[in-house]
Order: sequence, then C-alpha cells, then structure tokens
Amino acid sequence: MNIQVIIPLVIFLIAIFAIGFIASKQMTSTGGFLQEYFLGGRELGGFVLAMTMVATYGSASSFLGGPGTAYTVGFGWILLAMTQVVTGYFVLLILGKKFAILGRKYNAVTMIDFLKARYNSPAVAILSAIAIIIFLFSAMTAQWVGGGRLIESLTGLQYTTALFIFAISVLVYVTIGGFRAVALTDAVQGAIMVVGTLILLIGVIIAGGGVPAIMQDLLNENPRLVTPFGADGTLTAAYVSSFWILVGVGVVGLPQMAIRAMSYKSSRAMHRALVIGTIVTGFIMLNMHLIGVFARPVMPGIDVGDKVIPLIALEVLPPWLAGIVLAAPMAAIMSTVDSLLLLVSSAIVKDVYLNFIKPEASEKRVKIMSFGVTGILGIIVFLLALQPPDLLIFLNLFAFGGLEAAFIWPIVLGLYWKYGNKHGAILSMITGIASYIAIHFYNASYGNLLGVHTVTIPVVLSLIAYIIGSLAIQRKAFRF
Amino acid sequence: MPAKQTPPDQYKPDPRFKIAHKEALIGVALAIFNFIWWYGFAYGLGSRPPEEYTYILGLPDWFFYSCVVGFILMSVIVIIITKYVLKEVPLDADPYADPNVTPKEESPTK
Repeated sequence: MNIQVIIPLVIFLIAIFAIGFIASKQMTSTGGFLQEYFLGGRELGGFVLAMTMVATYGSASSFLGGPGTAYTVGFGWILLAMTQVVTGYFVLLILGKKFAILGRKYNAVTMIDFLKARYNSPAVAILSAIAIIIFLFSAMTAQWVGGGRLIESLTGLQYTTALFIFAISVLVYVTIGGFRAVALTDAVQGAIMVVGTLILLIGVIIAGGGVPAIMQDLLNENPRLVTPFGADGTLTAAYVSSFWILVGVGVVGLPQMAIRAMSYKSSRAMHRALVIGTIVTGFIMLNMHLIGVFARPVMPGIDVGDKVIPLIALEVLPPWLAGIVLAAPMAAIMSTVDSLLLLVSSAIVKDVYLNFIKPEASEKRVKIMSFGVTGILGIIVFLLALQPPDLLIFLNLFAFGGLEAAFIWPIVLGLYWKYGNKHGAILSMITGIASYIAIHFYNASYGNLLGVHTVTIPVVLSLIAYIIGSLAIQRKAFRF
Repeated sequence: MPAKQTPPDQYKPDPRFKIAHKEALIGVALAIFNFIWWYGFAYGLGSRPPEEYTYILGLPDWFFYSCVVGFILMSVIVIIITKYVLKEVPLDADPYADPNVTPKEESPTK
C-alpha cells in the first residue's frame, strides 16, 4: 500500500463528489424533472458534450485492456485502435441536427422515446427496453469489476472493500446529480485522461531511452511487433478493418451515445463537440496504445494485459504522479458506468414504468422512482460484481456488438429513410441480436466467418432485414 | 410504386432537415476518406518486410502516415468543415412560425 499513490486518488474522488453536489443544486431549474435528470435539461455545451462522449465511450478497455493487448501484439493493435478516430466526428454528424430537432419535437428523453415516436409502435419500445436493460446491465457489471480490481491493485485493499469504495462514489453522484452530474464529472474525467495519457507517454519514452532505442529493442525481440500484422502475424487486414464497424461507425447504434446527441444546447455546441471530440479521441487512443507498445522493452514479461498500465505507471513515474495518472483509467471506468447506470434506470422509469405501467404518475412520484431505481440498480450491480455469475459475463460478451447490431438501422434509417417502418425496425432488431449470438458461437468454434469481427455480418443482415421488413409489409412514407 | 401520400401543399418538410441531411452525407464522406487513407498507408507501406521500413520520428513509416498523419489530417479537415461548411440552425424553434408557410400542426403549447 503506497500512501503517495492513494492521496491523489482520494482527492480525485472528493472532487467528483463535489461536482455531484453542485449539479444537484442546479437541478431545480426549468424544463421538468425527467428532462433534467435524464438529459441535463438539454443544455450541454460543446466542451462538456465532447468530453462526456469520449469519456463514456472510452471505457476500461481503452485504458487497461487495449494498451495491454498492444503490449502483446505490437503496432498492429494501435492501427486497430485508431479506427476509433472516426467515432469522434461520425456519431455527431450522422445523428447530428436531425436527431436533436426530432428529439425536441417529440419531447423525447430517451432513445426509446425517439424510436417509439418514429415507429409509433409499443412493440418496438418494449423490444428496445428489454435489449437495453439486459445488455447494458451486464456491461455495467463488468465495468464495476474492472473498477474494483483497479482500486484493489493500487491500494492493496481487499477486492470487496475496493469495490465498495468504487460503488459508493459512483452511486452518490449519479443518484443525486443525474445526467448533469454525469456529464460534468465526465468532463473532468476526460481532461484527466488527456493529461494522464500525455504524462505517462513522456515517462515511458524517457524510461525506454527515446523512441528510436525502443524501436530497436522491439525489432531485436520480434520484427513483427512493428508490422501491421501483429506479433504472431495473425492480424489480417480484413479483421482489423472490420473494427471500423465495431468501434467506429457502429457506435452510432449505442444508446449511451445516441442519448448524448439529444442533450446539446445548440448547434454551436454540437460543432464545438465535433472538433474537440475528434481531437481528444484520437489523442487518447493513439497515445494510450503507444504507451502499451513502448512499455514492452521497458518492462518485459508482464503476463496480465490489464496490469500493464498500472505497473508501467508505478515503474516510470514518481508515486504521487502515478497516482494522478492512474486516476485516468479510474475516470474512464467511472464515467462509463455512471452513464450506463443512468441509461438503464431511464429505461426502467421512463420507458417501462411511465409508458406501460403508470402513465399518469405525478412529478413527485417520478422523482422518487428515479432516485430509487438508480440507487437500487447500483446496489444490485454491486452485489453481482462481488461474485459475477457466469450468465453476466456471458451477456457482457454480447453487450456492445449486440446493441449495435440491434439499433444501428432503426436509428439511422429511422432518421433518414422515410419508408422505414415498425415492421422493418422489429425485424432488424431481432435479426441483429439473433445473428450476432449465432455468429458468436460459430466464430468461437470455427474461427471468424469470412475473417471479420463478429459484429460485421449481423450489421449487414439487420440492414437487409430492415429494408425487407419496411418495403414488404405496408409500404408507407413517414412524415417527420 | 410509391403511392402519393398527401397533396404537396399540405405537407412541408422542415427546411432544417435539408441541412441536416447534407451534413450527415459529409459525415459518411469523411469516414470513407478516413478509411481509405488509413488502409492505404497501413497496408500499402506496411506489407513490406520490416527490414525495409524507414522511420520517421522513430516510428515505422506506415504507422506514421496511417495513424499519426491520418489523425492530424482528419482533425484539420473536421475543423475546416465545422468552420466553413456546417450551418448553425436553431434546434427547437418552431419551423412553422415562418409566416410564408401555412401551419399544419398545432404549435407546441409550452
């Protein structure tokens, strides 16, 4: 247990709490509780919007898993990670103004509100709510395990205690502050990620004796480490390119990203977010993964990928600075789980409870429900994260790819294709999820079908399903 | 055989959508350009044997052009497009408030 590492982390946690309280003070303003709690009153400025998108998207995998894999595989994995630059501008340009305008017109607070208004179908709403609750719930639990493990490895506390600290911090600021607190803390966390990445990169380069020296060490060890094909030559162009769908353009279909495209204040804020988002995403992805590769000659022989970043930070930086830098992966994990927590609770309160169970509920009741559901969800996730059941780990595998395959076409074509209708949307969601799961099993036993990532083929199939469903049954133009 | 839905005078699409559609197409075009740049340099230069690589700022040439220059280039293009091409539109003003357009929907009661 290293006290100098822990102090910066504790200061970081206190700052996050403070932001939650400040945000909760602002909540009494205009616009109604639901808009405020789940959307921050549609008032996000450019910087906060960009950072909340980057921070929500940049999860544990960008800060721990990704660089860890880069450590093992080499430059090929950085090439793969750089496919994420596209998300910085693509999500905002595609959903862009139309999604924001329609969101306001339909008075939508969640992505499901939008789908429900666009397709005028309870079946679409129910199907989406089920998909969101199941998939995001499992994704959230997996991230909590990551958060607990990180605190455990830094502080030497027991896993249970570490997880408890993590859970309490997230729960307090999300439950009290809602979306605005989440977005504001994301902005702080995003800034920490940028600074932390830069400091750590410099530290690693110095420790390795400069970039050319590191390069020479890598070449001496295995020349394939500096090729695009990976240490064992197995990264094919088709496989790496298919990540453009999983972590690039397909991100449009993730509810936690879509919801952010409804929350901005003005088109000026959106424009600023486009620029900041692109630069920050690219910067973090490039440098974080470079750190992973550069760490290899500096600290050879790390077996567990997730430990590369914490270990290298403790190795090359003075302890207090390592504490600040390691707040970055903490920040990434926290800012992902807080958004997911809010999204699952909005799906339950807004999309299920208010739509189907008690539409006439009073403002006060909705308020109590929102706080309550958010809090209870957090506690359930905590309990599950103590000893994650196999089913959750299993579902988590499907979480992001499955959601993308399910939602990308109902959202994108729902916005831009007037003949898209509920039959297409339902067919597309079912095809997307079912084929994703089927191809997952196929790939697990026979190797990747057509050599591409699991998500690729379901995205194509669900597009076909959407078009067939929309045109074959009841072809009718939709008026926006 | 798209059947005519309504007489054209009864339905006017929101004029802001035209801008939105154009900007979405820009997004697609940017992504395609980005992909070609990224793929071209990565596999165009990177497929040589590693002994033939040259190094720029210490990084392998394919990686430098594909990932480092590619990222900087995309950032510059996004900045230029945001500054000169994207249009600012109000997001929640009622488009039917325009006196030249006959209101067809009841204006939102606030």
